[in-house]
Amino acid sequence: MFWGLLTDTWIAATMVAVIAGVVGFFVVLRGEAFAAHAIPHGAFSGAAGAVLLGVNTLVGLGVFAVGGALGIGALGRRGRHDVATALALVVMLGLGALFLSFSVEYAAEVYSLLFGEILGVPSDELLPIALLGIVCIAAIALLYRPLMLTSISPEVAEVRGVPGRRIETAFLLVVALAATMTVPVVGVLLMFSLMIGPAATARSLTNSPLRAIGLSVVLALAIVWIAITLSYLTNFPVGFFVGTLGAVSFGCARGWTAWRAGRAAGSGAGSGPLPAPAHSSATAGSTS
Amino acid sequence: MSQILNALFAPQFFSSEPVHAALVVGAVVALVTGAVGVFTVIRGQAFAGHALGEVGSAGGSAAFLGGVNPLWGFMGMSIVAAGAIELLGLHRPRSRDVATGLVLGAGLGLAALFLYLDSTSSSTTGVTVTILFGSLFAVSQPMLPSIVTLSLIALAVIVVCYRMLLLSSLSTDLAVARGVPVRAISAAYLVIMAVAVSLAAETIGAILATALLVGPPATALRLTKRPGGALVVAGLVGVAAVWVGIVLAYDSFYWPPAGHGWPVSFFVVALVFVFYLVAGWVAAAAQARRIRRVMAAARVAASGCEPHVDADAA
Repeated sequence: MFWGLLTDTWIAATMVAVIAGVVGFFVVLRGEAFAAHAIPHGAFSGAAGAVLLGVNTLVGLGVFAVGGALGIGALGRRGRHDVATALALVVMLGLGALFLSFSVEYAAEVYSLLFGEILGVPSDELLPIALLGIVCIAAIALLYRPLMLTSISPEVAEVRGVPGRRIETAFLLVVALAATMTVPVVGVLLMFSLMIGPAATARSLTNSPLRAIGLSVVLALAIVWIAITLSYLTNFPVGFFVGTLGAVSFGCARGWTAWRAGRAAGSGAGSGPLPAPAHSSATAGSTS
Repeated sequence: MSQILNALFAPQFFSSEPVHAALVVGAVVALVTGAVGVFTVIRGQAFAGHALGEVGSAGGSAAFLGGVNPLWGFMGMSIVAAGAIELLGLHRPRSRDVATGLVLGAGLGLAALFLYLDSTSSSTTGVTVTILFGSLFAVSQPMLPSIVTLSLIALAVIVVCYRMLLLSSLSTDLAVARGVPVRAISAAYLVIMAVAVSLAAETIGAILATALLVGPPATALRLTKRPGGALVVAGLVGVAAVWVGIVLAYDSFYWPPAGHGWPVSFFVVALVFVFYLVAGWVAAAAQARRIRRVMAAARVAASGCEPHVDADAA
């Protein structure tokens, strides 16, 4: 019953989860959760505008996502980063409110764009998703070293002549690309939760970047698959399961590392403010 | 004169009940979010402020489902979310971003569930749009007293805690040294922010809540470096944006396409953004002028003509 109906959904969700897991790791590492929320959420207004103009939704999403990423970069140059992100977000959403008010018939689609309607993925959207996904992964692979360097130690990056600002903008553009391809499928909110939950969980379990990326992808896949199954069985929206499962997995990981740290401190092995890497990588291995 | 007034204000603007309510509620909410927002911007908590507003919509939709007044749903959920962010983000300041993201994700998930249940129980998709985007013109009259009272309480707390809040926002170390209970202040501030933002999100929509929480205070902080002055300027800018936005939205019924009002949220957000940009230029121009003056003074001093300095300054 499952496969015949939902093959396209499984394929789409799997691709989305892989990309969210990889991109999400850097979102969490760089502390860019706000931008990762704002870009897809604002891009949603682009979809509304595209419907109004009669253009393909993907075009509207893409234009607004890229515009949002560039806007955050430009505004952030002369102001606080979080203020810039908030302003870019509200400007895009304000335009969205305007577009929505002009296209009445669109209101019904708002919900599915926001919270995703993964149980209705059209098969002709699979190819664009796959292509954009490959571009995203390739861009991350290309940017991997400078991204890591500017995230972990901006000072060293500056000394080495890595253009921090340009890397930042490039990364926001990758987030915008990821948002463009995934929003029509899984919704604004699902995408955001999927980028933050698994990656934060993985980060709290291991300090090795590659292992964390792998773990983050595995967790994202597990969360999406479980969420689709539960959504299929209960008819509740997918976004609900993805959001709560992400938070639950992080809570479990936090509890687990705290318990390990407590035991390590109890046996006199020493403890620090951060979870000891040796212990956490061991747990990461067993979890994946 | 009356012609000008008629051109500015569409007919019946001053006699319309929803407009009165919108003007009052808009001004009250703009003042409170402006005052709270100055600290939000100084503390770098714009993300948390936005998240609390959005998570509040989960409570709003739950209250809608349970037949309770949405305001209490918004507020309860926002306060719970504030507590969760505070608890999760305790260990490291840098993980605050992630903690906020997780709470936001979970809250939006709950919102998805409640909105789904709302729309299946009442078979309206309009609920989603109303709760997420809100409208100033849909403020319910009976709620006015509670909204005003809660806003005044939030403002009073900000005023009473002003010194401690400012000190702990500007320099945690200094605040600790002076014996300020930094952690308690931080938690209390999040709760106040939750109250202010959820009030705003319920009455004027989550978009405007974020816009008013971040926009006017950031504008004010560009114009003045004095925190007390920033509080006043932020309130004024916020009220100006809301009132002008209401007037424009009311007028827009007579704009093309005829008979279709433009959303007030759009106007207010646009005004807030324009104010922010203009403040940036003003600040930059003032900075340039100051630099020029110092340079001129230095040149004059170097050439040994002291009196010119005074003339320049005057």
